[in-house]
Amino acid sequence: MKRFARLVAALDRCRRTREQVAALADYFRDAPPEDAAWAACLLLGRRPRPAVPTARLRRFAAAAAGIPEWLFAACYERVGDLAETITLLLPEGRGLEGVPLHAWLEERLPALRGLEEEAQRGCVLEAWRGLDRTARLVWIKFVTGGFRVGVAQGKLVRALARVSGLEEARLASRLAGGLHPTAAAWRRLLQPAGAEDDDPGRPLPFCLAHPLDRPLEALGDPDRWRVEWKWDGVRAQIVRRGAEALLWSRGGEVLNASFPEIAAAAMRLPGGTVLDGELLAFRAGRPLGFERLQRRLGRRDPGPRLLAEIPAVWMGYDLLARDGTDLRDHPLDARRAGLEELLKTAGDPRLALSPLLAVAGWGELRRLRDEARRRGAEGLLLKRRDAPYAMGRRRGIWYKWKADPFRVDAVLTYARRGHGRRAGLFTDYTFSVWDGGELVPFARAYSGLDAAEIRAVDRFVRRNARERFGPVRAVRPELVCEIAFEDIRRSARHKSGVAVRFPRIVRLRPDKKAAEADTVAALRALLKEKETAPWNEPPSATS
Amino acid sequence: MVTHAHADHARPGCGSYLANPETARLLRLRLGAAIAVQELPYGEILDLGGVRLSLHPSGHIRGAAQVRLEHRGEVWVVTGDVKTAPDPTCLPYEPVRGHGLVLESTFGLPVFRWPEPAAVVAELLDWWRGNAAEGRTSLLFAYALGKAQRILAALPAGAGPIFLHPALEAPTAAYRAEGVRLAPARRLAAAGARGDLAAALVLAPPSAAAAPGPGRSPAARAFASGWMQLRGLRRRRALDRGFVLSDHADWPGLLAVVRQSGAERVLLVHGSAPELARFLKEQGLRAEAAPQEAAGEEDEAPP
Ligand SMILES: [Zn+2]
Ligand SMILES: [Zn+2]
Repeated sequence: MKRFARLVAALDRCRRTREQVAALADYFRDAPPEDAAWAACLLLGRRPRPAVPTARLRRFAAAAAGIPEWLFAACYERVGDLAETITLLLPEGRGLEGVPLHAWLEERLPALRGLEEEAQRGCVLEAWRGLDRTARLVWIKFVTGGFRVGVAQGKLVRALARVSGLEEARLASRLAGGLHPTAAAWRRLLQPAGAEDDDPGRPLPFCLAHPLDRPLEALGDPDRWRVEWKWDGVRAQIVRRGAEALLWSRGGEVLNASFPEIAAAAMRLPGGTVLDGELLAFRAGRPLGFERLQRRLGRRDPGPRLLAEIPAVWMGYDLLARDGTDLRDHPLDARRAGLEELLKTAGDPRLALSPLLAVAGWGELRRLRDEARRRGAEGLLLKRRDAPYAMGRRRGIWYKWKADPFRVDAVLTYARRGHGRRAGLFTDYTFSVWDGGELVPFARAYSGLDAAEIRAVDRFVRRNARERFGPVRAVRPELVCEIAFEDIRRSARHKSGVAVRFPRIVRLRPDKKAAEADTVAALRALLKEKETAPWNEPPSATS
Repeated sequence: MVTHAHADHARPGCGSYLANPETARLLRLRLGAAIAVQELPYGEILDLGGVRLSLHPSGHIRGAAQVRLEHRGEVWVVTGDVKTAPDPTCLPYEPVRGHGLVLESTFGLPVFRWPEPAAVVAELLDWWRGNAAEGRTSLLFAYALGKAQRILAALPAGAGPIFLHPALEAPTAAYRAEGVRLAPARRLAAAGARGDLAAALVLAPPSAAAAPGPGRSPAARAFASGWMQLRGLRRRRALDRGFVLSDHADWPGLLAVVRQSGAERVLLVHGSAPELARFLKEQGLRAEAAPQEAAGEEDEAPP
């Protein structure tokens, strides 16, 4: 536990990839397999289930620190992180450093889960007294289910390649299907190449698009590129092998249970096929929006009602393997031709083909991008016709070109202190627009400002606070900001009648007065425009 | 009446100033030699229309003073910024008794407990040595007046080359002129070829954003401040390290100041004033957060 905690602290402290990979390699070089498997799972995003309710932990901590609960709450508000608050309030501990990571996760924490409050108090205090500050911080994050220190899979793969001598590609592919926190799984992951019994049902590493960071003209002849809509769905590979078809997310999850109809349709594909595409909630020829898809994602074994209410399609755009042969080195054009053939033969409307957009010149592409939002797409994808299917995010092969977001001017009306690296500063903002003579909240935004702007807004909030509700301040409605968001939909839960997706601050508008901010009516007009956009008339597809 | 020369306590534009002599010298540096300053050494009493006023070391930075005010037998003490931890560059905090106390509470929450300064300096030296071994410059942010000199005073003379950002030159020279022993340091402008900075420690004010000098590997960045107790603040500034070294009292230090003053009434300014006030009230004192103008920026606001 102590070594893992030190690894976590090092990852938290070091920002450079080289240092992080070195810290990971140091840890994994001689961690016992049963600990290493847990460490890797945790760093790749697995979270232990909460073992003690946080309200209880707060009570235990306040009592152990000898301070009233209100003062504990004030400390927490200031620090912005419960585990860190507790760690700072209690003295350095020792005595339990010998308990290994897997023993905490497999035995001690699960045992804690079932105990009554008093028994839990005893165990929790024992752990706090027994662990040094670094380990205590990690332990508390396990107990609250809030452990979130992660590393990009690529860094972990590099570190493991260094430790094991295996190729990165092989490790990435073995990891792509997920990892179990057991010594056996760990040994399988690191077993030498050749002694291969790599699970054949696993997905291949996804090729990721690079944001377009250069003028279109720098891409050369438009004829060298294939253009598709950038769908606002969930990326998914279909792996059809043996007696099953698995639907894999990029996070390494199998999505069959949430999308049984797609999984069933995928059985129509011949064995040895791996396809790449995107899951979308889709009806009457147009995407239904991400929030609908999320309802499907969140529900395993959906009933007939949900299936009818939110139908899904899988929109295919690439072919990675056919008849068991890896085609990733073949040019996109060849893979695309194979994909079209396979989907045509399968003949199932739930396995759709992502249309190619005919683009005569770069100018036309700009026009298409402006249409993307109204058509329910996030923007455009540009893929080089002669390029292989690469692993990870590589420049020059796939570019994503997001459409401009929706924008409105809104007034800052409430602010709340941030967490994590924003702890202490007022960084969580509520923005409002006018409805008659009244300001109605319509979005909460946290991001978009640089450090200097964040501090300027923090000062503004402190000087213009009208009322204090715990960590929240109501501020004088004077500061106007330009807010961008990706999507807008109707919502009965919001007073403004609309909900927006990914709101963020584009810039401060000190030049504008509050009275000049936008109105609810303007938001409704955006909504109406989006809902009535002609999607049924298909984009000009070449296939 | 100016307690000490930090910008949030010493504003320009007054007709005349009253301050301790060391603060007076720093004030002239900051506000111009032409300002009118009446100097009042520590411990001497000035009669101001029946109010007896005297200054006493607050341990915050060089020249920092608490103000003791006595009128018809009632004594009030205004701490200004106060530090109870040891600091070789200034006189230690002197407990002053009074009926009432006006106390700063920048770090007035129990999560703020400072480690031993000597242990922090040892950590800092380790960090510097590690960077030097890799040929990386160590860039350490520290407040220009007080903190930077406190660090220079704590570093052993032969530790390695030290450079100062221009903003640190004048206050450092002022400390040296008063005979405070500081590790030798050169002006950043005097750094020549890039080899000069490779193993060096560069001290810069928190507002200096860019890493100094040329060179392929960027400098390792750290910040010396009480705020570095909070991980979130370290990460927000994208720092490699945070060194918990403050010129303000921590929670136990603040409680000690209240206790030693013997005060029954306490007014709190800065930072967590409402919280410390409530805590002291629950301990049976008459305490409240003093109404105040817009908070200062120099050393009380989180970075
Ligand atoms: Zn100060
Ligand atoms: Zn101050």
